Amino acid sequence: MSAADPALGAGYEDPPTRVGFFTDTSVCIGCKACEVACKEWNGVPAGDLDLLGTSYDNTGGLGADTWRHVAFIEQRRPPGTEAGSGELRWLMSSDVCKHCTRAACLDVCPTGALFRTEFGTVVVQEDVCNGCGYCIPACPYGVIDQRRDDGRAWKCTLCYDRLRDHTEPACAMACPTDSIQFGPLDELRQRAGRRLEHLHDLGVEDARLYGHDEADGVGGAGAFFLLLDRPEVYGLPPDPVVGTGELPRMWAAAGAAALTLVASAVAAFAGGRR
Amino acid sequence: MAECHPVGFQWVMEAKARGATVVHVDPRYTRTSALADVYVPLRPGTDIAFLGGLINHVLNEGKEFREYVVAYTNAATIVADDFRDTEDLDGIFSGFDPERRSYDPSSWQYEGTVAMPAAGHREWWNGAGSETASSGRRPPARDETLTHPRCVFQLLRRHYSRYTPELVERICGVPRQQFLQVAQLLIDNSGPERTSAFAYAMGWTQHTVGVQSIRAASVLQLLLGNVGRPGGGILALRGHASIQGSTDIPTLYDLLPGYLPMRRAHDHQGLDDFVAGASSRTGQWGHMRAYLVSLLKAWWGESATPENEFCFDYLPRVTGDHGTYQTVQGQLDGSVKGYFLAGENPAVGSANGKMQRLGMSNLDWLVVRDLAMIESATWWLDGPEIETGELRTEDIGTEVFFLPAAAHTEKDGSFTNTQRLLQWHHQAVDPPDDARSDLWFYYHLGRIIREKLAGSDDEVDRPVLDLVWDYPTVGDLDEPSAEAVLSEINGWDASGRPLSSFTQLADDGSTACGCWIYCGCYADGVNQTARRKPGAEQSWVAPEWGWAWPANRRLLYNRASADPAGRPWSQRKAYLWWDEDRRAWTGHDVPDCTTTKPPGYQPTEGASGVDALSGTDPFIMQADGKGWLFAPAGLTDGPFPTHYEPQESPVDNLLHTQQRNPVRRVFSRRHNRYHPSGGASGAEVFPYVVSTYRLTEHHTAGGMSRGLPYLSELQPEMFCEVSPELAAERGLEHLGWATIISARTAIEARVVVTSRMASLDVAGRRLHQVGLPYHWGHNGLTTGDSANDILSFVLDPNILIQESKVATCDIRPGRRPRGAALVELVESYQRRAGIGPETGVSNERG
Repeated sequence: MSAADPALGAGYEDPPTRVGFFTDTSVCIGCKACEVACKEWNGVPAGDLDLLGTSYDNTGGLGADTWRHVAFIEQRRPPGTEAGSGELRWLMSSDVCKHCTRAACLDVCPTGALFRTEFGTVVVQEDVCNGCGYCIPACPYGVIDQRRDDGRAWKCTLCYDRLRDHTEPACAMACPTDSIQFGPLDELRQRAGRRLEHLHDLGVEDARLYGHDEADGVGGAGAFFLLLDRPEVYGLPPDPVVGTGELPRMWAAAGAAALTLVASAVAAFAGGRR
Repeated sequence: MAECHPVGFQWVMEAKARGATVVHVDPRYTRTSALADVYVPLRPGTDIAFLGGLINHVLNEGKEFREYVVAYTNAATIVADDFRDTEDLDGIFSGFDPERRSYDPSSWQYEGTVAMPAAGHREWWNGAGSETASSGRRPPARDETLTHPRCVFQLLRRHYSRYTPELVERICGVPRQQFLQVAQLLIDNSGPERTSAFAYAMGWTQHTVGVQSIRAASVLQLLLGNVGRPGGGILALRGHASIQGSTDIPTLYDLLPGYLPMRRAHDHQGLDDFVAGASSRTGQWGHMRAYLVSLLKAWWGESATPENEFCFDYLPRVTGDHGTYQTVQGQLDGSVKGYFLAGENPAVGSANGKMQRLGMSNLDWLVVRDLAMIESATWWLDGPEIETGELRTEDIGTEVFFLPAAAHTEKDGSFTNTQRLLQWHHQAVDPPDDARSDLWFYYHLGRIIREKLAGSDDEVDRPVLDLVWDYPTVGDLDEPSAEAVLSEINGWDASGRPLSSFTQLADDGSTACGCWIYCGCYADGVNQTARRKPGAEQSWVAPEWGWAWPANRRLLYNRASADPAGRPWSQRKAYLWWDEDRRAWTGHDVPDCTTTKPPGYQPTEGASGVDALSGTDPFIMQADGKGWLFAPAGLTDGPFPTHYEPQESPVDNLLHTQQRNPVRRVFSRRHNRYHPSGGASGAEVFPYVVSTYRLTEHHTAGGMSRGLPYLSELQPEMFCEVSPELAAERGLEHLGWATIISARTAIEARVVVTSRMASLDVAGRRLHQVGLPYHWGHNGLTTGDSANDILSFVLDPNILIQESKVATCDIRPGRRPRGAALVELVESYQRRAGIGPETGVSNERG
């Protein structure tokens, strides 16, 4: 068990090992089986029939009705650059909720609908959510979303029901190339490190991990990635920071300001009596 | 492969993770290209030029696997001196009859003997060989130095000598450096220590030279020693689940189960004459009588006796070409009155949808069995011809029956995949409402017909009444037992015991077997196809996962994995070897040869069947046991693959004045006109190459995907893909509309501008391509025009597959006209291009 296991912080005594996703985009073939398997298992409503013209991506991004989203990026990298030879490159990557170690959505939820599971994941309880929407701007990745005709917030549960049945999440099970790997987070991080090293040995200089670092702005993600380009290329924020992480300092500053105000007022009154 | 076979592609990814280099050659940059180490775009329809270039390069560099080639292929065999190559006759082989548009293959024979094809009818060769047969049929003359000017190796070298990297560049649009890179990768990865595999799909087959594309790959793989060895071979990636199964136990009109030829109506032969004509004296087909008699016993049981030739006379007979495109013409001409469509949506999925729909409108009755209400069941109500006014619902006399079908999850059964692996699937849920399995439908249809015919004394009813039709049924729906059918396919002996191998089959009626190559799939009365032993619990060949035909052999012709002396070519590629102590072949797989036949075995004079093959003849389906670099028999369009331009091409054939495959099947009719090609007048009216293809998100003609919201949203609309250059040339806007026009019809699609669609430099000009997914029709959640509507009927002469992977077209911005104006638009294009009944029908340029 990692020292940073958020399940411990959430009050679970002796929780099971923290689990998560490692999405290795270097072997993603863009089949979208993850998108379909997720919707089938979780009963997520179908989206609109919109041809978006963003390569083969007609889903657009994560949302209330899309808990797995495969991005398609067509690139022609200029010749002479480190990894580029003028050849066409087609990047594919399956995005998902990051299940942050420090989750802002959970911090701001006033009803307790969002909660930390014993597996260290973050889940919305649909029968508790009141649709206040505070969680939506709180998420640094823009993952959690309100459903249009319903108002409640929805996102990936990392198949909480399947985890409790000791079964891997639907998307990971459906992935034909093991681009989506599910397992204990510590193990996944080690595996990802070895994979990155291997790719670097092969000369894939631009390969990098994203969301694996416990020192990052969300305390490390429970769902992290191996990318072949900068995160921005995939539509991922380069340096996500959990906004609520600043709350203690903000409260302290606000408190100091209030004290100063009070002190000034007292001083003013006191001075007035002089 | 990643695009259309994502689940199978996991093994390519695994091979890649273990160090394999993946090369993808395709006109279109797909999901496969994205994951490949090398991507090579080429012009559609030029695969033989590309493969021929590789053959030429291997030969020029002396990189053939010489010992393998000499021992296991027909490279050393001397060809008769009346053979003339396309290089001698400007694009045709000797024996061409321009009147009948066909070849007499007699001049393609080996010197002094007759070689027979590995499949299909062999009467011609048996007839031609009668003289040599009476004189004992000596083996063909060979020159193992490979220097005789008429040995296959020298003929091959000469045939491909002009397929240089420069020519490949001009024909295919593949820069020579890229071509040479592929050649080097292939050479470096072949030989005793390494093997390379080819995987192909409809991009090779759906052409007027479809079979010859595969032949070209076979020639290359044989030269490199990549057949019959682990990690080698040529994999046919099928278009649907169990298409391999549907050729093994065929839905094809000219074959019986196990690749036995269908009888012909004009041949009034008895059983013995039929077998004499259709079998081959030497090789595996020497045992055909046992396979055929066992099949007849499986079908007619007790009624099949030696006295009545085991009911041989009951077999149906063919009168000619009954392929799907000939059948549609029969509908149009009024000779075909009824039509069964089972899991097939020709109104969307077959070439020239208009011809398909007009044909169906001329039927008396049509039965459609499908999962969803497909376009082939509703064209009479709202099809494209209703919109244009070419058909009026009230004028159509066809009675259409739609019968809902059960999906594979709703029934038991087996799939046979490309590597001949049978895998059983169990029913998970009951079919909804009135949906029924195919087995249910045909069993009960047969039962009811037999009940209606009961008591008939009409001789014509005997074949139906005498059939063994006693499959047990279970459950509320009276579902026939699929395992009982599998058991019959496997076969049993006279006492009813399940057989375990086709070597047990007898020709005296003492065994019954529904498909000889599947014999053993129910050995010991156990469903061997349902085995699912995890890979980690058995050898890496995994013989206990499912069951592979024949005899659970996982790798065909695996005798070739050892050298002539029976030793593995290398330890790294060891697979099968001769164990001198045990006097038997042994290794990781079931030997694909007689287990006790030593490498030094030489057949005795007069030996027949597999006994007539030596210990160094791995290709047991061939009468001479050799891999055929040169095919002296079995192909209708020549012994060597030759580059011809597609039926419709923007360029002239750079190799010959012979523009197109001279024996391709053409059908010039009012609704099936062809475009001028190359430098011919009018060709400029259709300046672009068009190709059709599939997307991961949909399934073929859409019947299984366009009605599903989770799939429809992923590819929600019909689109065409064009390069930025073509978009600029024609003023096409990303996400705008375009109209794609041929002499058959015009369709519309949303425009997707992408660099993935390559513009190529071909024969000194810049060539643009239009890419069209073919999934759409007008039923379902996501709808659109059908890409196949713009294609024509023009067929490969060997297997009658349509050329749907390449044609020419025009494209312009905006939506297509509606109603009669659509017909007028197409006619205006025909006039501009000067198209008439003769256009594109001749073989020469133009």
